[in-house]
Amino acid sequence: MNAAGPVIPNFGQGSSCETGDHVFCWDWVRAHWGDTLEPRFVEHVELTLIAVGVGFVLAFALALYAHRHRRVDQPIGLVAAAIYTIPSLAIFQILVPYFGLTTTTVEIPLVGYSLVILYPNILAGLRAAPPEVLEAARGMGLRRREVLTRVELPLALPAIVGGLRIAVVSTVSIATIASFLGEKGLGAPIFLALRDAPPFKTEIYAAGALVVGLALAFDLVLVLARRALIRWPR
Amino acid sequence: MAPAAEIVFDRVTKRYAGRDAAALQDLSFEIPAGTFCVLVGPSGGGKTTALKLVNRLVPFDSGDIRIDGRSIRDLAPVELRRGIGYVIQQVGLFPHMTVGANIETVPRLLGWSRERRAARVAELLALVGLDPADAGRYPAEFSGGQRQRVGLARALAADPPLLLMDEPFGALDPITRHRLQIEVRRLHREVAKTVIFVTHDIDEAIMMGDRIAILREGGVLAQYDTPDAILAHPADDFVAAFIGEDRALRRLALHRVGDVPLGPVRGQTPDTPRVAMSTTVRNAVSLMVETGRDAVVVVADDGAECGELTLADATRLLAA
Repeated sequence: MNAAGPVIPNFGQGSSCETGDHVFCWDWVRAHWGDTLEPRFVEHVELTLIAVGVGFVLAFALALYAHRHRRVDQPIGLVAAAIYTIPSLAIFQILVPYFGLTTTTVEIPLVGYSLVILYPNILAGLRAAPPEVLEAARGMGLRRREVLTRVELPLALPAIVGGLRIAVVSTVSIATIASFLGEKGLGAPIFLALRDAPPFKTEIYAAGALVVGLALAFDLVLVLARRALIRWPR
Repeated sequence: MAPAAEIVFDRVTKRYAGRDAAALQDLSFEIPAGTFCVLVGPSGGGKTTALKLVNRLVPFDSGDIRIDGRSIRDLAPVELRRGIGYVIQQVGLFPHMTVGANIETVPRLLGWSRERRAARVAELLALVGLDPADAGRYPAEFSGGQRQRVGLARALAADPPLLLMDEPFGALDPITRHRLQIEVRRLHREVAKTVIFVTHDIDEAIMMGDRIAILREGGVLAQYDTPDAILAHPADDFVAAFIGEDRALRRLALHRVGDVPLGPVRGQTPDTPRVAMSTTVRNAVSLMVETGRDAVVVVADDGAECGELTLADATRLLAA
């Protein structure tokens, strides 16, 4: 067991609940919220936002490019799919020599995964504009850029928000692997508690519940955003 | 902007890549300003292609198209299109924009002020028979016919001197189509634009057009004339077959009994058919055939007898 101090549940000094292998101990959660759960939770939010944010910017740029140049769509899709199949632990193995046990090393696969989810969704959204709508737009004298900003992007919003929902929820879940590279995110308390004998259930459940709650909260925000952005009946 | 534009097709030829046959072959005709010109013909006749050449949605190979004497190649496509109204069969309204925002698309691109745009939207909605209060609703809330009215309003928004309509009523049910045909004719009298209207329906062409250009396979102009002249003197067998064997009746449908010279009312029996001034001669003849008479009495709205139309009068009309 490593020497991370207060993060580790200390069975020797714990309450009877903690030492007794009970299913869930509220007193532990209360005692360790400030030193364990809250900082890991904040880290987890950061990991997710960076991964989805950077992934979205890259996916958006790639999708715009593929939308304009249809030939590159398949190559991009293949590369993206290939990235998705690489186990994240293997990616860590490759990246650690270059970036060390850093956030960068964690974020690279997380960004990759969200990119792989977002890219096809954004591209499908951009292509969702009905042909007659595009013909009317061109026929009225909209420039290419105007067609994109006034017609294609607004019509892509449902697909983009849909992609973001999947990307955010799966990234919240996948971000637990960051704990393999050090104490970061809500994966860390789960990982550490699993190493106890017997595993410390309270910590696993509490961190797990926070992961689930975070995913649901992000999803709710996106649902509300969609409702605010997309006002036309479909 | 000019109220209407004169359009000249000057030996226009268009070939699509990878196809041997030309889509349009040496097409030349002139559309006087303010004319409602219908392009009609079987599929493969190139009517839609001809239409899309005018706003440069489709490029052409040789020849020229001039609007008021100016080649369409002299203008950037975007500028050209902003000065031409464009209506298509599937309407193509922007589903994410309100009806008002749809209609003011081109005025906004042209930099009109908000007040001017709003006034124009209200004016146009009234013009096409919709409620100006509908400006805030979305296209999905409207029926097909109403959507095409919005499409028409959108095309007219910046008051273009030329309107291109590509089978605008092709997707509508017959009743809605007929109503819109009548309204577009009325609109054309009110706004006096030059219109190029594509259809494959010869009845629609005869009803709508001041002039009809009949295109045959391979994009060759078979005949270009008024509906009456085409029905009276089809240029060849292709045109004769296309307009149908009932072309005499179709010609009579172009005339209303109130517009033709009527004879005095002769000795009639009480059951001699009576028709209103707005009845077509075709329908009057149909009544004669149905009732076995050789005349109908034309009456004004107040019931006064205006005169009598005989079968011989109808025949004389056809001889004109």
